[in-house]
Amino acid sequence: MVEGARPVTGASPAPDAAGLGRARATGFLVPSMVLILLFLVVPAVWTIYLGLTNYRLTGLAAANPQIVGLDNYTRALGDERFRTSLVLTLQFVLGSAVIGQAGLGFAIAFALRDRSGPLRRVVEAFVLLSWILPSSVVAFLWIALLDRDAGTLNALLGIPGTAWLLDHPMLSIIIFNTWRGTAFSMMLYAAALENVPRSHLETARLAGASTWQQLRDVVFPRIRGHVLTNLLLISLWTFNDFAPFLITAGGPEQRSEILPVYVYKVALSGGELGFGAAISFIMLLINLVIALVYLRMLGRRKEKA
Amino acid sequence: MSTATRTPPAPATDPAGEGPTIAVRHLLAQIGRYVFLCAVLGFFALPLLWLTTAPFDDTPTVTASLPQFTLDNFRALLDNPYALSSLRNSVYLAAGTAALVVTFAALAAYALSRVRVPGRDALLYGLLLLSSIVTGTATMVPLFELAFRLNLIDSRLGVILILSGGLLPAAIFILKDFMDSTPTSYEESARVFGASPLQIMRHIVVPLVRPGLATVGVWAVANVWGNFLVPFLLLRSPDKAPAAVIMYTLYTEGGQADLRLLSTFSLLYSLPVALMFVFVSSRYGFRFHGGIKR
Repeated sequence: MVEGARPVTGASPAPDAAGLGRARATGFLVPSMVLILLFLVVPAVWTIYLGLTNYRLTGLAAANPQIVGLDNYTRALGDERFRTSLVLTLQFVLGSAVIGQAGLGFAIAFALRDRSGPLRRVVEAFVLLSWILPSSVVAFLWIALLDRDAGTLNALLGIPGTAWLLDHPMLSIIIFNTWRGTAFSMMLYAAALENVPRSHLETARLAGASTWQQLRDVVFPRIRGHVLTNLLLISLWTFNDFAPFLITAGGPEQRSEILPVYVYKVALSGGELGFGAAISFIMLLINLVIALVYLRMLGRRKEKA
Repeated sequence: MSTATRTPPAPATDPAGEGPTIAVRHLLAQIGRYVFLCAVLGFFALPLLWLTTAPFDDTPTVTASLPQFTLDNFRALLDNPYALSSLRNSVYLAAGTAALVVTFAALAAYALSRVRVPGRDALLYGLLLLSSIVTGTATMVPLFELAFRLNLIDSRLGVILILSGGLLPAAIFILKDFMDSTPTSYEESARVFGASPLQIMRHIVVPLVRPGLATVGVWAVANVWGNFLVPFLLLRSPDKAPAAVIMYTLYTEGGQADLRLLSTFSLLYSLPVALMFVFVSSRYGFRFHGGIKR
């Protein structure tokens, strides 16, 4: 399925310099493989099985789960709440990852491209700080920022009483996640822009090309690979992001209930483990598609190189 | 909010592109760029403001404001039964996971680097793919179920094992790169003098790849320190919960949140990662050097 996309791990140095031998080498591999098998492979496979049952956290179906075939899937597809959640997730990924993080990250990297000195360091430090702080802390920082009565944002804008999290929950978590994750795109594009010869930009500028024309004709053709890498990775991460749960918990009235929050509520709060597993499996499939596209692309670029 | 201040369009008065127009345009672009960067700075700094003012304010509110300076708020940390113990739990989880990941990944990476295991590249590739799609979020149901069957609910060891399983593939991948680029001649001579493979590993390989081990260790600590979902799902008793979970319960449970406690706790909990970041960026520079240039 993914021929030609293997990572090139480089020829190993002189084989087996320490005289490890096959048997001991296998021994060295065992501890890692046991953990990976148990906590990555088993859960992935088990999701498929659980998704075909009516397993519940409590009650009759907890003791004696029945195979119900594809019922969970047909139920999910017919479920208004699931479809809404899917649409919200799409909005979340498009809005906060593709437009927000990638767009803002590129804009910052481009604006900083030939700068050094304090401004660059300060901007980068703040962008990175919002990326590395623990998610439950930044979630509260945003709750405080957006607070209806005493939030800093309303105080600054002079509009006390605006309930951002209640009136615009999706917009709030989209902007939150843009703030949270832009650092990765910024760093990736900063590295990418180093590949664009400065003289080319200078020539274009002297020839009277606008910033937009420079971007389209000089910059973008050289960083196309980075753009794709970036978009796929941040889409994958955003799709699986649980942090909005810490801010809105999916509410109010499920209006910001993206898939990770939906699964949590249905399966672990609501106890419908079988149904939740079916949704999880759909998520895994979406993840797999994104990851395969990404790796396939890496492989193709490697072959060309 | 910060995209509203992009570079303003250049005045299109003189399409022939005379010298002065270009100079004006250039100036405008510079101003636009500066305004944009200031807006970006504002956007990213604004939410963080509260974290720097509230802990030292003698009457903290949710608004960021110039504090009436005090250190009394930190006493709230001692009064709360879970605040300090949760930080200890975080240290325990992070250190345990990092130790496990570094040790196991080093062994596996060494074996994969030095011995031609058939299908090695495919194996590494498959594991990496697996670890990127099997996230805690997509597999929370089976993980919970698995922990339940293995009697790992409410066990910190369970959290460590599950987190390690998720981090290992990438750690092996990173370390194998480091191992591949070290010379094998030392190992060969040590072997001539009769050192066992484990001795060679400990006394020769480990010192050589120390930067790689440090990278993986820091990366694992950073991952675990902020992780909310796994301990939130698996740990039931509050005295075992790490700071990520206690932080969440502090502002969601029980009526009026105690802002003295919340602000000082947030600061204390954030400090280690912030310091780690300062250390890493001052020592190595916090940017991509072509590792992800693809």
